[in-house]
Formats: sequence, structure tokens, C-alpha cells
Amino acid sequence: MDLMQISFFIFAVITLVAAFLVVTAKSLVHSALWLIVALFGVGVLYVFLDAGFFAVAQVLIYIGAIAILIIFAVMLTRKDLRDAGSQHNTIWPFAALAAVFLFVGLFFVLSSWASFTTAKPGLLAGANALSDLGQALVSPNAYLLPFELASILLVAAMIGAIYVSLIKK
Amino acid sequence: MEFLRDPITFIGNWLEGLLLGWNIAPAAATVIVTLLGAFILGTFSLALVVFTIWMERKLYARIQDRLGPNRVGPWGILQTFPDMVKIFTKEYITPDGADKAVYNLAPILTVSAVILLWAVIPFAPTIVGSEINVGILYIVAVGALGTLGIIMAGWSSNNKYALLGAFRTVSQMVSYEVPMVLALLVPVLLGRTMGVNSLVEAQSVWFIVLSPLAAFLFFLSAQAEIGRAPFDLLEAESELVAGYQTEYSGLKFGMFYVGEFLHAFTVSALMATLFLGGWRGPWAEQWPMLGVAYFFVKTFIVYFFVIVLRITMPRLRIDQMLNFNWKLLTPIALVLLIGTALVEKTLQSFGLDSLGLRTIINLGMNLLIIWGTIEILRRSAHTERQQVTEPRPVAMAPNTPASD
Repeated sequence: MDLMQISFFIFAVITLVAAFLVVTAKSLVHSALWLIVALFGVGVLYVFLDAGFFAVAQVLIYIGAIAILIIFAVMLTRKDLRDAGSQHNTIWPFAALAAVFLFVGLFFVLSSWASFTTAKPGLLAGANALSDLGQALVSPNAYLLPFELASILLVAAMIGAIYVSLIKK
Repeated sequence: MEFLRDPITFIGNWLEGLLLGWNIAPAAATVIVTLLGAFILGTFSLALVVFTIWMERKLYARIQDRLGPNRVGPWGILQTFPDMVKIFTKEYITPDGADKAVYNLAPILTVSAVILLWAVIPFAPTIVGSEINVGILYIVAVGALGTLGIIMAGWSSNNKYALLGAFRTVSQMVSYEVPMVLALLVPVLLGRTMGVNSLVEAQSVWFIVLSPLAAFLFFLSAQAEIGRAPFDLLEAESELVAGYQTEYSGLKFGMFYVGEFLHAFTVSALMATLFLGGWRGPWAEQWPMLGVAYFFVKTFIVYFFVIVLRITMPRLRIDQMLNFNWKLLTPIALVLLIGTALVEKTLQSFGLDSLGLRTIINLGMNLLIIWGTIEILRRSAHTERQQVTEPRPVAMAPNTPASD
């Protein structure tokens, strides 16, 4: 058990506990704040995988933009920020059962995958992960098409948002 | 002699040797030295505020034709210490109905988001907290944590003025992040790296010469990010009591106060690092301590302008603040980013990569954009003036007078 594994377990536990509290917290804003902790924990996992760019992008996009938007949507749409009434409806045992089955299924599928137990391969010596990623995003042999499609999707969403918020004269 | 050249690295190496001598595992020794370094860096940056608060109050007073702090120590330089003692002795009040955990966490998050920025700022070629290859993105991401702290403060206080302050914060900080990120990408293109220390090393010509417009955009949007006059809408005293920090008292308020001053100084340090050459200067490579001196001289020059801007400008209205961002800064930043990318890539592909040529063409392109912007602004102001001066009838009879 080296230092890396100890810190991995600590952050994994933090992430899982926070993720659990997202769905069990009474107040919606508390859920959003726990979500931020969970997302931050995922960012730390990227650091363990030597993916510094993804770790920083995770904090920037998920915490800096999405989580703040969620908090604001909650604050602007609710008069009382506490949830009234019970937190679960009548069919919660079925939902719990479905969740357990999904987890077991995923676990079995993943455990039959060869890479499930292999250790993380180190980066090639002299490789610059950041510029390789940049090259891959614009190279036709790699991810050019998904990258451009995602960009078009985002532009469409932006134009849609502007159209919706336009004041009709 | 070796000690005088670079005391920080010297002490670090000595300490690591000492720990290894005590039969501590090399990995553990590295962790201990790194933790110690982080602790010292954080404490040092917080201690800087003791001086910058005095400097700011003194300048503030001089511009308003007052004397400023002048009782404790020579020129009142120790005034901050009695203030600190005062704030320690004040009562901590947690308002009724406040969300206690979030309320107490908010000031800590706000201050730590600022201190985290110091991790990537290089003081000298060898004195860097952490040289990560995504330094610029890290700076932007950590800035987002500060926004989060302010929202938490505004929401958990259970006070409508605090909440309004938090709402304004998001509209302001999220908006001004756009031109700031775009302006930060210009040094990345010019230096062809995202690491902060490598960007300093790439500045054999300061980036403020290569791209004065990017420096100006970064300076302005950073002012909005720290939320001080003329962009202090988030705590506008005449409208919102004190914005998000209305309910805070004692040391918790002190943390917001320290966070704001430290943020202003940190932004000056970033400006000095990214556009004014950071630690670069004569003999800085051989004598790292000289680099530290250059770095702080440049930072304090930028900080002086930050303070003067704060003292001399009136507060913007919220619509002016948003229009200024979305209709002026963001379009300029977009044009500048595309222009810089085109110039750099074209010169590179034609093999005309000499520093002199790059400087002249980039500078020329910047001046062209500045000239174009001023010309467009002048025209629109002209048409606006014409509309206002057009003769208009003073009073008009209604079209169909209502008889019977």
C-alpha cells in the first residue's frame, strides 16, 4: 500500500459519500454543493491518471459553470428551498432493486474486461500529452468529426438560448 | 555564496538531505518538503496583505487629500496590526435562519481560492510552487472556486441583500470570465505553451509589447473579477448594504476583506508574470534572488494602477457593466484571438519566425484593431449625437381628439 493508493482510497471514499449525499440531502442547494464535492473528487481521479488537462477542465467546466448554473436555477425557481414532504415516492423499492441490478450487471461486464485488473500504464518517455491531445482533436484520423459535431451542437444550443430569451417587439 | 544566490532552493535541498539522513523514505521526504513549501507560500502571500492594505489606505488618503493611517509605526505602516487585533476580538454572529455549515465555509473557500493561485506563480526561474503544463487553465479554474464561495456566502446568509449581491456576482464574474480567458489565450499562442513559468521564459520580448491589447483586456476583466470599483456592484454600499458579506462579522468578515485585497495583489502578480516578463531582467538567470526582486517591482507597479483605478472611478450601473463586457470587450477579444492565431501560424508556415518580425507584425495588428475599434465607437457616438440633436416637436395633439 503506497502513498498513491492511500490517497486514491481517501478521495474515492469522499467522492462516493458526496455522491450519496447528493441524492439524500434535504435541501436542493445542499445537493448541488455535494455535487460539487463529488465532481471535484472525479477531478482528483484524473490527476491520478496523469491527465492534468482533464482534471483542470473538470473543475473549470463542471464546477465553474455547470454547478453554479444548477445552484442558480434552484435559487431562482423555488420560493422555499427546503423540500416539503417525503423524499421518496411509493415505488422506491423497485427503483432500489433496479439500481442494484444495474450495478451488479455493470460490475460483471466490466470484470470480464481484460483491463479491469491491470495497473495504469505509464506515459511514454518524452510524450507531451497536452499537445498530443490538441493534435488528436483536429486530426482527421482521430477525433475531428466528433469535435466539430460537438461544436455545432453547442452553437445550436447557444442560438436557441438567444432566440428563446429575445424580447418580441 | 550559494545560499545568497538562491536561498529557497538551498534550504529546500538541505532539508530534504536532512530528512533522508534520518532514514525517512525518499517519497515521504518529498511530501514533507512540498507540504512545508505550500504552507510557507500560503502564509507569505497572506502576510503580504498586511503591507498592501497599508499601501492602499495611504494612497487612498493621499488622493482624497487626507493623511491616512499615521499613528502606529513610521508613516503608520504598522496600522494593520491593531486592526487585526480588533477584528480578532469582535463577536462572531451567525444570523438566525442562516445555513450554518455553508455560512462558515464560504469565507474559507473565498480566501483559499485566491491563495491557490500563488501555487503556479513563478517568483524566479528556480522558485516556482508547481510548474504544471496547464497553468493558464488552472488559473481560470481556480477563479471559478472564488465565485462559488461568494454564492455560498450570499445564499446562506438568509438575507435578501446578500442574495442580490450573489446574483450580481454571478452575472458579473461569469460574464467577465469570457474576455479574460480569451485574453489569456493570446500569451499562450505567443509563447506556444500553457505553463506559467515557460511563458515567462518565452518572453524575451515582453508580451505587453507583442500584444498590448491583450494586456489591456486582461487588466480590465481582472478588475471585474476581483469586484472592486468601478466594478464593485456585488457589494455596492448605496444599493445593497454590503452585498454578499452583509451578515458577516468579526474574523469571518476579515477573511473576505483579506481575500479581496489579496486577490487584487494576485491579479497584479499575474499581469506582471504573463505580460511584463515576470522575473525576467538583467542577470536574473544567474541570481534568482534578483528575479524575485524584479517580479515584485513589476507587481507593485501594476498594483499601483489597480489602486488608482479603484480610487478614481465611479461605480458602473449594471446594464453599463454588462454592455461594456458583451458589446465591447468580448468582440475585441475574439477578433484579437483570431488575428493572433492567423499571424503566428502564417509566419510560422512561411518560415519567417524571427522574433523581430513577429513583434512588429503582432504589434501592428494590435494597433490596427485598436484603431478600428476607436473608429467604430466614434461613428456610433456620432449617430447617437445626431439622433439626440434632431429637432423634435415639444408637444403634439393626439391624432383623433376625443369629442363627445
